[in-house]
Amino acid sequence: MAAITYLEAIREALDEEMQRDPEVFLLGEDIGAYGGAFKVTDGLFAKYGATRVIDTPISEIAIVGAAAGAAHMGMRPVVEMQFIDFIANAYDMLTNYVATARYRAFLPTPMVVRGPSGGYVRGGPFHSQNPEAGFVHTPGLKVVYPATAEDAKGLMKAAIRDDDCVLFFEHKYLYRRIKGVMPAGDHVVPIGRARLAREGTDLSVITYAATVHKALEAAERLQQEDGLSVEVLDLRTLAPLDDAAIFATARKTHRVLVVHEDTRTGGLAGEITARINEACFAHLDAPVLRVTAHDIPLPYAPALEDFVLPQVDDIVTAARRLAAW
Amino acid sequence: MSQRRRRAGDGPAAQHLGEVLPLARKLELYYWMRLTRTLEERLVALYRQTKVVGGLFRSLGQEADAVGSCYALEPRDVMSPLIRNLGAMLVKGATPVEVLKQYMARGDSPTRGRELNIHFGDVGPAGATRGFLGQISPLGDMVPVMAGVTMSFKLRGEDRVGLVYVGDGATSTGAFHEGINFAAVNRLPLVVVIENNGYAYSTPTHRQTAAKQLVDKAIGYGVQGEQVDGNDVLAVYDVTKRAVDRARRGEGVSLLEFITYRRKGHAEHDDQSYVPPGEIETWAEQNDPLDRFTRVLLDREKVPAAELAALDVRVQREVDAATDLAEAAPLPAPHDALVGVYADPPAERPLWFRAGADTSRLGRERAEGWGTFDAAPGAR
Repeated sequence: MAAITYLEAIREALDEEMQRDPEVFLLGEDIGAYGGAFKVTDGLFAKYGATRVIDTPISEIAIVGAAAGAAHMGMRPVVEMQFIDFIANAYDMLTNYVATARYRAFLPTPMVVRGPSGGYVRGGPFHSQNPEAGFVHTPGLKVVYPATAEDAKGLMKAAIRDDDCVLFFEHKYLYRRIKGVMPAGDHVVPIGRARLAREGTDLSVITYAATVHKALEAAERLQQEDGLSVEVLDLRTLAPLDDAAIFATARKTHRVLVVHEDTRTGGLAGEITARINEACFAHLDAPVLRVTAHDIPLPYAPALEDFVLPQVDDIVTAARRLAAW
Repeated sequence: MSQRRRRAGDGPAAQHLGEVLPLARKLELYYWMRLTRTLEERLVALYRQTKVVGGLFRSLGQEADAVGSCYALEPRDVMSPLIRNLGAMLVKGATPVEVLKQYMARGDSPTRGRELNIHFGDVGPAGATRGFLGQISPLGDMVPVMAGVTMSFKLRGEDRVGLVYVGDGATSTGAFHEGINFAAVNRLPLVVVIENNGYAYSTPTHRQTAAKQLVDKAIGYGVQGEQVDGNDVLAVYDVTKRAVDRARRGEGVSLLEFITYRRKGHAEHDDQSYVPPGEIETWAEQNDPLDRFTRVLLDREKVPAAELAALDVRVQREVDAATDLAEAAPLPAPHDALVGVYADPPAERPLWFRAGADTSRLGRERAEGWGTFDAAPGAR
C-alpha cells in the first residue's frame, strides 16, 4: 500500500467513519465544496453531500454548541476549527457546557473538535498556537495530538467512536511533510496510550506532536556525537495521560527531559514533571528538565519564531546537561 | 394592556388560538400557573429554614409566559428553559419532587446533587424522554445548543420542534447572536423566546441594549419576530403556537419577545434596591398573570369560583406530598462525586491522600539507593 500524508490520513479516517456510521457528519467554516482551508475535507462534500458536510457561518460558539446539541440527540459531529487558535472563541462552550454535560446532566456528548495547530510555519500569533494545556486542565474533555500519519488516522477513528468530546489537534507543520503506510483493515489507535518512538537506555525524552520529530533528530545526533542512547516517548494522548508509559520510561532511564512546543508556564511539561516527581522520585538520577517555547506570543518573522520555539539544538543541549548531571 | 403585534403572514383576521382553546385546557393552564407559584412559595419557606442549599430563583409574575409558551409544544418537542421557566418545565413533565430534591441537593435528585435549582433535564428520543434540556449558568449558551438539537431533527427528518428561552440580558451575549444566526441560516425548526422582564440582575433593559425593543432584532437575523404581552397566558400561547406551527412546517426560526416583569430579585438574597419605588407594587396590583387569568376564567368563561378553589387545594396537596418525599430523600454519598465524568473511564480514582495512604511505605521512599527504589505501582 502506498504511503499517504498525515493530512490524507485524517481525511481517510473521516471518510471511513462517515461511511461506517450515518450519524457522523462534519461541521465547519468553508469545509464543503471548498474542502477546508487546508483541504482536509476535500472531496467529502462531493461524496456525502450538504447534509453531512455542512458549511457554517463564522461562529465558533455556535458550531461547537450545535455539535453538542446534535451529539446529545445521538449524532456524532466532527467540527473543524479553521485554525485551532479560534477554539478560544468557543472556550466557554467547550469548558462550561460540553465538558460538564455528562457529569452534571448525564448527557452523552460524543463529538470531535479538530483543527490545524502549531507553529514552525511562519503563521504569526493567530495561526500557530498550541492551546492544548487549558483543555487538558478541564475535566470532561479528552485531548489527542498525533505525531505520525498512522496515529493521525487511527486516533481520529477512535475519537469519532469515543462517547465523549475529543479535541483533536492536528499539527499543520506535519500535514504534508510526513507520510505513512496505513495498516490494513479498521485501523483504530486507542486513546490514552503513548507510543515508544525510539528505545534507549541513557535518558528519556517525553514529548508529542511536531517535537517528536525534533526529539528523534536530536536522539540520532546524540547517539552519533555523544554515544548516548536516548528513548523518545510520543504521548499521542494528552488527556488522559498515559501514566504507566511515563513512569516506565522514567524508571528505566532515570533521567527525563520533557519537550513541548507550547509555552512553558502552565504547559503540560509541568504536570508531567510533577507526576514523575510524585511517583518516581527515588528512581531519578537528575531533576526532570523541560525544553519548551519561551513564554511569548508566537512572532511571525522566521528569526523570531525560530528563537521562541524549541529546536533540535535545544533538545541536544538539554539532553547533554541531563546526561552529565 | 395587550402589546401584541402581528407580522405579515398571519393575516389580520387570524383566529386567536388561545381564546379558542377548550375550557378544560384553559383550566390546565391555570393549574400549571398555580402549581408554579405554590411550589415556589414552598421553596421560599424551605429556603428560610436553610433546607435549600444554594440560591433560590423566583418566577413570580412571569408564570404566564413560561406556562403559556411551553403549552404550545407537543410531548416529542424539546424545550430548553431559563432560570425563570419553572412553569415551562412543569408543563413538560418535570415534577415538584424533582425540583424540591434539586434545590435540597439530595442524592436521588435528577442530577444526584451535582447541579443546582432547576438546572436539570430529560432529553433524547421522542417518546422515551420528556423533552427538556437543562440549562447552564453562562447565559445565551443554550441557543447554539438548541440549534444543534433542532439540526438533528432536520437532518433526520423528524417532526419535532425546539424552543429555547433567553432573558433580556442574554440577548447581549455572543452565544445568543451566533446561535440564532446559525439556526436562521440553516432554517432550523427553532423558536427563540426572549422573556423581557425588565432586569438582568440589577441592570435595566435600557442599559442592556440600545434597540427600542428586543423583537426588532428579528429583522437583523431575517426571522419572523413577534412581541406579546407576556402576562396574558392565552396571548402567549397564541403567539407561541403560531411560531411552533411555522417551525413544524419548515418555515424556520421565530424570535418572540414576551413583555413581563420580574417582581422578585435576581435571587432570593437580592434586596432590589435598584428598582424605582412603587414599580413592583404597580405590577403586582395591576398586572399579576394569575389574577388576570383568574378574572378571565371567572368573568368570561363563567367558571365557578369553587372549581378554581378546588384546583388550588389539589396543587397545595401535591406540593405538600412532594415536600415530604424530598425531605425524606437521602443525601449523596461523597464517593459518587468521582463517578461519570467520562463514559470511559467510568469513575476517577480518589487521590492517594483520600484512598487510605500507607504512609509508612511512603516514608521508605527516602531510598536505600537512588534509581533502585520500587515505588508503589499506580501512585501519582
